[in-house]
Amino acid sequence: MDTFIQQMINGLSLGSIYALIALGYTMVYGIIKLINFAHGDIYMVGAFVGYTMINSFGMGFFPALVTAMALSALLGVLIERIAYKPLRNATRIAVLITAIGVSYLLQNGMLYFYGAGVRAFPQVLENKLYSVGGIKVSQIQLMIFGTTFILMILLQFIVQKTKMGKAMRAVSTDASAAQLMGINVDNTISFTFFLGSSLAGAAGVLVGLYYNTIDPMMGVAPGLKAFVAAVLGGIGIIPGAMIGGLTIGIIETMVSAYGNSMIRDAVVYGILILILIIRPAGILGKHVKEKV
Amino acid sequence: MKKKLLLGLAALSVFATACGAGGSTADGDTIKLGAMFEKTGPVSAYGSAESNGVKLAVKEINEAGGVLGKQLEIVEYDTKSDNTEATSIATRLATEDGVVAIVGPATSGAVQAATQPITRAEVPLITPSGTADNLTVTESGEVQPFVFRTSFQDSFQGVALANFATEHLQSEKAVIIGDSSSDYAVGLTDAFKNTYEGEIVAEEYFTQDDTDFSAILTKIQNQDFDVIYLPAYYEQAGLILKQAREMGIEQPILGGDGFSNQALLDLAGIENVTDVYYSAHFSLENEDEQVQTFIDNYTAEYDTAPDAFSALAYDAVYLVAQALEDGGEATPEAVTAALESITDFDGVTGTFSIDENHNPIKSTLIIEVQEGKEASTQEIQP
Repeated sequence: MDTFIQQMINGLSLGSIYALIALGYTMVYGIIKLINFAHGDIYMVGAFVGYTMINSFGMGFFPALVTAMALSALLGVLIERIAYKPLRNATRIAVLITAIGVSYLLQNGMLYFYGAGVRAFPQVLENKLYSVGGIKVSQIQLMIFGTTFILMILLQFIVQKTKMGKAMRAVSTDASAAQLMGINVDNTISFTFFLGSSLAGAAGVLVGLYYNTIDPMMGVAPGLKAFVAAVLGGIGIIPGAMIGGLTIGIIETMVSAYGNSMIRDAVVYGILILILIIRPAGILGKHVKEKV
Repeated sequence: MKKKLLLGLAALSVFATACGAGGSTADGDTIKLGAMFEKTGPVSAYGSAESNGVKLAVKEINEAGGVLGKQLEIVEYDTKSDNTEATSIATRLATEDGVVAIVGPATSGAVQAATQPITRAEVPLITPSGTADNLTVTESGEVQPFVFRTSFQDSFQGVALANFATEHLQSEKAVIIGDSSSDYAVGLTDAFKNTYEGEIVAEEYFTQDDTDFSAILTKIQNQDFDVIYLPAYYEQAGLILKQAREMGIEQPILGGDGFSNQALLDLAGIENVTDVYYSAHFSLENEDEQVQTFIDNYTAEYDTAPDAFSALAYDAVYLVAQALEDGGEATPEAVTAALESITDFDGVTGTFSIDENHNPIKSTLIIEVQEGKEASTQEIQP
């Protein structure tokens, strides 16, 4: 039983990271129906910003986290303005291909500036181990839970209670009607990228700290898994991304723990296939017929 | 940052020597030596160290008057830690650049990728650290005619580690946590499993892009065992060491030569690299005069101490130089023939002869690390 709870904690840590990334996928999809494949790489850039802030500017954990979130958010907005906005009325596939292009640009840009080698993330937090009745939780794990929890509450608050959040919801329901009501659609879309990218940046710093390793290709696998998480929860639905992320994290850990660690990734992608066949709208999604 | 600067400097120095050679001597007056290393990508720490070792050796040889009255000239490419790239670079070196021999690459998979093109072109290749058994001798027992190495092979390494676990650590129950995606780690795992006298209570495997090992480690934490065998490259080994020690897993951890890299300490954190034993080709603590001179020269040149990889690459270049002298002419055929009959070559990684399977006959060191520092060294004879 102790082992099981311990594995749950491992799974929740991993799942929190997936959830933070998945939120960005889901918000962007919700608002412009685009699967932003560059999102995983924004997460990578966030990790590198955190690394640089701590290493070169001697920042502590929280200032580095906030800077990484801010710069990732700006990067997200910049990408939206430069790469996606001119394609607002283009076919969906054109934007999707652009997103893949942006993803490669970010990866190779970082390869150019930082080189391909793996870097050790500076350990700014003392890693204490808390133990409660045989179950051990590390300080970094607590930090991951705490940060994720606070960011999610903050996000819910912004989306549900603020004017900008209302605008987001309006644009996601019907963009042209929202525009007729006097909502600035472009700014709202930029704001969505801003929020989603800042969460990815936060995830990047947390992962750097937790696993102590970053490299320019680190965004690819978690990006894909977070995408699976977003689809599992119901893409476009914010609480769905949280549930999906945590579920994928726990499933991954449990497969390694009680099954075979070699088939872990296969199980995650197997879930993607199953959910697309059985319930394409995801756990929280409602099945809506698309009008032709 | 430091590493980038160092790489930049290294690149500059190659540029400078290349220019110098091109400017002062005609093409026929130099002997071209091919070099291909993983200078970027996941295992770049090995490749960069080896590339530095090669450059130092060539510089020394040239300063001492060259080989056969000619200067050595390096033609170097980066394989980007990509095996496909290794194949095309090997083809280019062997067929277009007209080199007498190739030194590199560092990892077994890349050597395998380079074997076909160099065999077709009949140019010898000496890998400093490709340790997989089947690099020099195929599964069916045929010797690869043009592949040589300066390191001991995995079967010997795995056997030495298994014996060390039983005899020196008095271990009876081992857990294996292995990388299943590299030829190197798979070879090490097999050799250990076949030799270890105790019981193997659990085997867990991961792949090269994994960063989260908490599930595997939590799982083994409840098992009864007294040693962990960890055949992996530094990139994952470092993370596993960190996560295991932080979780409170205290058992000794045994690994192969892949551990011998500064990056392992960075990734794991110095305090977590305790009770770690690994097989090595080379130790900084070696009192031998030749080794100390090498360490001094290397440190003067690159501002960092050499590791086993730079030492093996350094030896590989001297091995080629010796083969050139023995063979008497600067052609790939003469070098290949001379390499096959080298005996008692005196290198910084030990004195060795090349056997009929193109492997060096040499001893291995098992290094004990406590708090990130080498605590003791044991020599195990072949």
